[in-house]
Amino acid sequence: MERLGLGIAWTALIIVILFLLLPILVVIPVSFTEATVFRFPPEGFSLQWYQKIRNVDGLLGALWLSAQIAALATGLSLLLGTLCAIALVRGAVPGAAAITTFMVSPLMLPGLVLGIAFLQAMREVGLRDAWWSLLLAHVVITMPFVMRTVLGSLAMFDFAMVDAARTLGCSYPVALWRVLVPNILPGFVSGALFAFIASFDNYPVSMFLVDVRTKTLPIQLLNYLEISPDPTLAAVSTGLIGLTVLVLILCDRLVGLRRMASI
Amino acid sequence: MSATAIEAPALPAPRRRMDPLGLLALPGIAFLFVVFLLPLALLLWSSIRGGEGFTLAGYWRVLGDEYYRGVILASLQLGLVTTSGALLLGYPAAFALARARGGWQVLLFALVFLPLTVSIIVKSFGWGIVLRRDGILNWLMLNLGLIERPVRMIFTEGALYAGMINVFLPFMVLPIYSVVRMMDPRLPDAAATLGASPWFRFTRVTLPLSLPGVVAGVSLVFSLAVAAYVTPSLLMGDRYMTMSMVMAKAFLNLRDWQLGAAMAAVLLAVAAFVVVGASLLQRRLGGGR
Repeated sequence: MERLGLGIAWTALIIVILFLLLPILVVIPVSFTEATVFRFPPEGFSLQWYQKIRNVDGLLGALWLSAQIAALATGLSLLLGTLCAIALVRGAVPGAAAITTFMVSPLMLPGLVLGIAFLQAMREVGLRDAWWSLLLAHVVITMPFVMRTVLGSLAMFDFAMVDAARTLGCSYPVALWRVLVPNILPGFVSGALFAFIASFDNYPVSMFLVDVRTKTLPIQLLNYLEISPDPTLAAVSTGLIGLTVLVLILCDRLVGLRRMASI
Repeated sequence: MSATAIEAPALPAPRRRMDPLGLLALPGIAFLFVVFLLPLALLLWSSIRGGEGFTLAGYWRVLGDEYYRGVILASLQLGLVTTSGALLLGYPAAFALARARGGWQVLLFALVFLPLTVSIIVKSFGWGIVLRRDGILNWLMLNLGLIERPVRMIFTEGALYAGMINVFLPFMVLPIYSVVRMMDPRLPDAAATLGASPWFRFTRVTLPLSLPGVVAGVSLVFSLAVAAYVTPSLLMGDRYMTMSMVMAKAFLNLRDWQLGAAMAAVLLAVAAFVVVGASLLQRRLGGGR
């Protein structure tokens, strides 16, 4: 009976992993095909679809825009979120629990509701610039990830260590830099990673804020998928998957991957 | 995205007098107030704003109309099927993941975690390749002799459910995993020493201890699946309308803001119900022991 339970659990895990990886791995062989369709098994081997990435209208531009927005939004969230987290942990703010819930609440909202609310508000105040609307909205999307992880690491940090460093002769800023920062770095890295991914992949909020010239990568990809689906898309996807794996390995080296489960 | 995914991290007990350091919270709060709370309030306001003042016409149209009621039910059903499928597969898998040793656990964890970080567009696109008439699944079944000619799978409800479970499964596995990992493996052993049968040990010891993770995973997957937009519209198109798809259509094509805002309010109510219900359950589970 015990064996049976364990057997079921392991079978389930193997099925889950194969099932999860199937749609991701399948795009890789398709991206090297010689044919112009997605037929499986792929025919021949060529890099033509990778060369065609450059020619796809607006794809590189969209990639650049998404990277820009994701990086800036993550940076702004880290700044605002960390200040807020420090205040909540150290400042004896009245209603700290309610404020914390408020700061992480965008995470619980359906993405489309958020997007529609922005769209309407931006029209109401006359902000028609897609770039700025995207940036502002994406700060809201990324804030909860930063708040959760930074708050988590700050709550576990013993501030007496900063005082200890100061008695040992460090100035206050130096003590913060050499004691506080290394201690909350894992929270920073995993928060920033999740924030970046949440912004970079966002579709439901962005779809209401883009315009003809300013399109983020997910929007552009979906457009392309609907208009002219060919293996170029598989090539782009393979590139994105490779990039993700690289970033994950990097984060694993920095803070350890399993700490991220607890975001 | 863990057991506490929908709850704020615990804070130390506040001290009595406010510190000047507390002012550091202001920029962040002010930002979210203006860019998040005000737009949301405006959206709710526009769902009850008619030509001449207050009206519930939007809600009447959404809840009174057969078609839109069907859409709401279809979304709830999609959420329910996705959640049960993910729970059925994810619960035992999370146990195996938590019991794996050392390097294996890191590797297996990475394999469950990786799909979370891959773009949903890429996954939906890949899922399309899997299910096509000339796709990998038909090719496999043909070669295994299970079928004689390719079967149409894409744009069927079964394909939609499979695609949804595929996208949201990690959100079920990870919260359960992080609860099970913290569980003391000696507890079931202790029950065994006391003569409990394996079935009794599972239903009375292991299962109750893992419930906080289950509640977190179920509420997370359900609220994500009920609001899903990209996966259903890519895998089914207009054939399976969800609340999110109606909202997108109302705002982008029909320019019918009242309809979209009322639908958004209904979806918001569903999400709030799930979040509040889950945190109440979580509190009972935590306090009952």
